[in-house]
Amino acid sequence: MLEGILIGLQTALSLQNLLVVIGGCLIGTFIGMLPGLGPMSIIAIMIPIAISMGDPSAALILLAGVYYGAIFGGSTSSILLNAPGVAGTVASSFDGYPMAQQGKAGKALTIAAIASFAGGTIGAILLMIFAPMLSSVALLFHSAEYFALMIVGLSAIAAFAGQGQVVKALLMTVLGLIMATVGEGALFNLPRFTAGIMDLQSGFGFITLAMAMFALPEAIFLVLKPKNIGDDGGEIKDLRISRAEARSIAPVIGRQSIQGFFIGVLPGAGATIASFLGYAVERNIAPKHEQDEFGKGSIKGLAAPESANNAACTGSFVPLLTLGIPGSGTTAILLGALIALNVTPGPRLMIDEPQIFWAVIMSMFIGNLVLLILNLPLIPYIAKVLAIPRNYLIPFILFFTLMGAYIGQNNATELLILVGFGVCGIALKFANYPLPPLLIGFILGGMMEDNFSRSMQLYGGVSFIWERPMTMGLLVLAVVLVLLPGYRAMRAKRAV
Amino acid sequence: MALDRWIALVLLGICLVYGYTAFFTMDEGLAPFARRNPVWPSTFPKVLSVFGVVASLLILLGVEKGEEKVGDIDYRRLHEYKLGQALILLGLMVVYALCLRPVGFLLSTSLFLLIGSFVLGERKWLLMLVISLSATFIVWYLVQEVLGIYMRPLPMFITQLIGA
Repeated sequence: MLEGILIGLQTALSLQNLLVVIGGCLIGTFIGMLPGLGPMSIIAIMIPIAISMGDPSAALILLAGVYYGAIFGGSTSSILLNAPGVAGTVASSFDGYPMAQQGKAGKALTIAAIASFAGGTIGAILLMIFAPMLSSVALLFHSAEYFALMIVGLSAIAAFAGQGQVVKALLMTVLGLIMATVGEGALFNLPRFTAGIMDLQSGFGFITLAMAMFALPEAIFLVLKPKNIGDDGGEIKDLRISRAEARSIAPVIGRQSIQGFFIGVLPGAGATIASFLGYAVERNIAPKHEQDEFGKGSIKGLAAPESANNAACTGSFVPLLTLGIPGSGTTAILLGALIALNVTPGPRLMIDEPQIFWAVIMSMFIGNLVLLILNLPLIPYIAKVLAIPRNYLIPFILFFTLMGAYIGQNNATELLILVGFGVCGIALKFANYPLPPLLIGFILGGMMEDNFSRSMQLYGGVSFIWERPMTMGLLVLAVVLVLLPGYRAMRAKRAV
Repeated sequence: MALDRWIALVLLGICLVYGYTAFFTMDEGLAPFARRNPVWPSTFPKVLSVFGVVASLLILLGVEKGEEKVGDIDYRRLHEYKLGQALILLGLMVVYALCLRPVGFLLSTSLFLLIGSFVLGERKWLLMLVISLSATFIVWYLVQEVLGIYMRPLPMFITQLIGA
């Protein structure tokens, strides 16, 4: 291993690759900040540049840097504008945005930077140690377990996002899953619920839905009730976090970096589930008085998803690098880039081309350090976006919302769908229906149905539920997660 | 009836229509050999529709009674907020969506940003003009030239004239 680390360091620390990783992180951060442009689209856009470099190590280092930068940039827009352009940073807005509203934007961004750095670094250490072993763990999971794991993820989301109204959150989750069935699925290869409309053949766009459910209602609420933006003049008054705060988030970061990494290893799970599960777990294990702070600006509520999503990003490289299986859309694009560069990721990559394998891992350390060093001093400038007068900022948010949907689908009809869904999102927000479960249900819907169908085919029915103990265990966990808030509320009532 | 129950009623309708399609019409065209499969294209939607109907009914019947929370904005007092501005901006977005292709990116975007600021109460015309024009051009350049996504910059009749 030591030899590999040295080879990796030698490659990653060359001047060209250092510049590549710095450039990648910066590009990723700034583009990732724009709501609507997630890591997947940014990486897709960067592929021609990466391939033109000719060197597979440099190309992968560039794309990995962009990936990390985009996740960090996405957190920034989640915190400052409540406009997550990336599903993996939706959970960061739950507490990050309330903190920004309370005038603690600087503190929130500092916590995000530190938690991201720690999550990414711990993830990279774990990747280095466990990569060969973890690939075999991921192989143990069959479709039935993936399906059950997604149910656990969705139940956890419904349990915490509902804030005492779990049924509303469950209904939103089901609505998201229903929306995911619209269009042509990969498994059945026939259009469903399209009502003969051609534009619905490929289903609803994720970015459009994300924009409609988050950025658009938020911008319209800012119009309805002018406040927040520029209330503190956009000045970041308090960048530092106190020693007590650091002590309180340290165990959260440690736990969630490890949990996030292992969730990231599982194909299909990734940063989104990791961040939501991380948030849910930390909320559930927090003392009662701290639980009430979640969703209102809790530093633990911000540190948990931030460290988990970065660690999960690192974890998602495990199946890609060791098995050649992409665990997420983003790593699927990376796989495409590698194949274009005549590199075949898989178990033999470590043996045949160790310089690529180790250079990528080493560049993860460097990338995380670059993000921390560059972004912490840049935080006051990044947060200047708050100082832009409302009269200018709101049209720009609306415009970027429209552009996100347009670039994502390259179709003007998508803009009308965006406004339509946006109006629905506003109505749901008025009635206090939680919107994140809808979006997560939508993202996981396709994968969930694929795994469900594969399990059904394999077992000739639903017997996979009781014939596979791990599946059964996960499904029981999901039921417990859904019933737990109700049970807690009942106990609290009895205690009164 | 509170808004959340009205919404539950609408969602119940959607789930019923969705369920009806899944249970009764979707499998009509299914090939005979595909019918022998344990899983059909309608299997997952059927499960979802049942869950959707049950959850909507639970909300509609008020089984899960929580305290009625008023969010950031109380929809019952909507007239007290800047509703007109919000509606005009939503309308402006629809107009933008319809005009983007025929009018071209540069004109429609700069007008969208200009009118958007105007609706919100901005009256510094020169500043508005400079910001909207420069932002429009920068975004167009980045999207078209750097990202390589084609966006017609000028109105359709001008491009046709140039083409002719």
